[in-house]
Amino acid sequence: MTICNACRYCEGFCDVFPAMERRLEFSAADINYLANLCHNCAECYYACQYAPPHEFAVNVPQVFAEIRAQSYQKYAWPKYVRVNAWMAVAVGLIVVAGLAGARTAANANFYGVIPHDVMIATFGLAAVLIISVHIMGLLRFWRESGEKRPALPVLLRAARDVLSLKNLDSHGAGCTYPDERHSQARRRFHHFTFYGFLLCFASTTVAAIYHFTGRIAPYPYLSLPVALGTLGGIGLLIGPAGLYGLKRRRDINIVDTQQDGMDLSFLVLLFLTSLTGLLLLVLRQSAAMGMLLRIHLAIVLGLFLTLPYGKFVHGIYRSAALVRSVLETARGEH
Amino acid sequence: MHDAPTDVLTEAYPEDEYFADLLRVTGGETTEALARLVIRESTRANAWMRSYGVRFQPSLGGTLHLGRTNAFFLGGGKALMNTYYAAAEARGIRVLYNAEVTQLQLCNGKFESGQILLHGQPAEFRAKVLVVASGGFESNLEWLEEAWGPAARNFLIRGTPYNRGRVLKLLLSQGAEQVGDPTQCHAVAIDGRAPKFDGGIVTRLDCVPLGIVVNAHAQRFYDEGEDLWPKRYAIWGRLVAQQPDQIAYSIIDSKVLGRFMPSVFPAISAASIGELSASLGLPAEKFEATVREFNQAVRPGRFDHQILDGCRTDGLTPPKSHWAQPIDTPPFYGYPLRPGITFTYLGVRVNERAEVAGFSNIFAAGEIMAGNVVGKGYLAGLGMTIGSVFGRIAGREAALAAAR
Repeated sequence: MTICNACRYCEGFCDVFPAMERRLEFSAADINYLANLCHNCAECYYACQYAPPHEFAVNVPQVFAEIRAQSYQKYAWPKYVRVNAWMAVAVGLIVVAGLAGARTAANANFYGVIPHDVMIATFGLAAVLIISVHIMGLLRFWRESGEKRPALPVLLRAARDVLSLKNLDSHGAGCTYPDERHSQARRRFHHFTFYGFLLCFASTTVAAIYHFTGRIAPYPYLSLPVALGTLGGIGLLIGPAGLYGLKRRRDINIVDTQQDGMDLSFLVLLFLTSLTGLLLLVLRQSAAMGMLLRIHLAIVLGLFLTLPYGKFVHGIYRSAALVRSVLETARGEH
Repeated sequence: MHDAPTDVLTEAYPEDEYFADLLRVTGGETTEALARLVIRESTRANAWMRSYGVRFQPSLGGTLHLGRTNAFFLGGGKALMNTYYAAAEARGIRVLYNAEVTQLQLCNGKFESGQILLHGQPAEFRAKVLVVASGGFESNLEWLEEAWGPAARNFLIRGTPYNRGRVLKLLLSQGAEQVGDPTQCHAVAIDGRAPKFDGGIVTRLDCVPLGIVVNAHAQRFYDEGEDLWPKRYAIWGRLVAQQPDQIAYSIIDSKVLGRFMPSVFPAISAASIGELSASLGLPAEKFEATVREFNQAVRPGRFDHQILDGCRTDGLTPPKSHWAQPIDTPPFYGYPLRPGITFTYLGVRVNERAEVAGFSNIFAAGEIMAGNVVGKGYLAGLGMTIGSVFGRIAGREAALAAAR
């Protein structure tokens, strides 16, 4: 980073380099912050005069990827555990099998398989646990930064950077991923994934409101929860599949291949959640419904269990890092 | 040059001011017609570059006085070259990498064929026209020594070790007219701890105007505050090259910390001037006397490193004309300086169509012909401007000549 700070030609690429230039010395907390601010677009690597084979061998995206992985472990609460995705799904299967027992039902009567209250209690409990874990991680990250609570305009500004993935845009050219050529592919597939996830979340929320206002599932195809879920589900098929396709062609010099397992299991679980959900929708009237519901819920539970210890956390810490970057910029430290 | 503010440049930098700047730094060692061509075409070159995907950014944080005169490449020079190579590839142009020209057959003022080493294997190439853009000879240490004598052994080369001037020598030895003097080059005083080759931009030191510079005998030898640093940094390599053992030391105190870009190497610091002389290996008494005489000669004034502030010395030889402040606030800092050669000015004469004098089908661009415009001295960004403008002219004229 001393090299970067003495060169500065990358400062127009993203938020990382201006943040670097605000500092003359780098504490461990600063480095964790910068690493989480980095979106791994790799433009700086391809532009760098000091990248290998130069004797200085500067490789900012790869070093930051490694530091990021360590920082996830550091902030995780309770202590970081490696959750194997397949184990998580297996746990999900066992739990769901236990809850459902041998019940069968027809005509899309999901609650005939698992009663509504049981379903809500199980997933509600899982959600509360997961959210608490993420809040703890976020608080740890923020406490380390030494910053105060950010004001609303700062949060709005940062939200814009998060929701638009500004740092993968490179002034309209797109980032250098999966290879040296600029492309918007990664940003678009991430949008599919992220907004697909949000739509599915919205669908569940709307369905919950419907249920408590007396409108009981199943809902028709053109109802709000089903429409939201279907659109989100399509996003969660296209997005993760696209990201996986890019990942297969990426330049391994800019990434930390140790994290491939974590990345891949997240993509696969998202994809399978959506796939089984959409199948369940289409086949909800058939005899396969009971089995499909069990599989879908098992995968969702598996996904939930891996969230705090998987790739999902990148969104938490990167968003927080963007908030901090907006704060620093607003203070005119550059 | 630009007549109005642009997205990355402030105010205006009109042709006459640009040319006057050039005339001053080169002491007239330029060809006015070609220089004015470069200046005028620089505006159009900018738009042309953007059309191939080259991107610019405002002047970098920590640089001084460049916002009006210099557009920076987003990502720097390697990003620029990557963009050009990608644009060429997209248009179906094949690039042979790892190919070194070893021989050129020239006959009756025309290029006929040449030999290359392609991945170490000899091969021949023929063409109707040839554009040479093969750089200078700064990495050819033997050639530098021929020009400079043994002093050249202490030079550091800021770029690639492959810039050995082979094509330049082939052309000059077969009748191309020489411009420039082999000792003239863009030579910057860089951190003496930089690697022999390819240390690049991070080895630059911008603190010279903020303090004093002494040689190995602890004597000052030039006005550190003569003019704004972007107009002066490129003479300091030459100044250091003329000192004993080609070494000098930039000395500052803690008052000016944070007012220049950090170097990649840490400054050598000491609590007193005496201690600093020991760390730097300077004769202690002489060094203390030099600092004392300088401090006594400083006239009062309002120090402002962003402008020509007129804070100067009185009765001192050499004087310091701007930014003179007593060096009196510990800790004190020193950076060793060595001449760092960026590029050489010796080249082949060309006309305004980039045609190499005496050869109807050879065109030249970049460092190999930069000496036509800049025979000595330098202005920040001029090398890139000459390369971009003449690269475009050489390409256009070569295409026209090939079509004839």
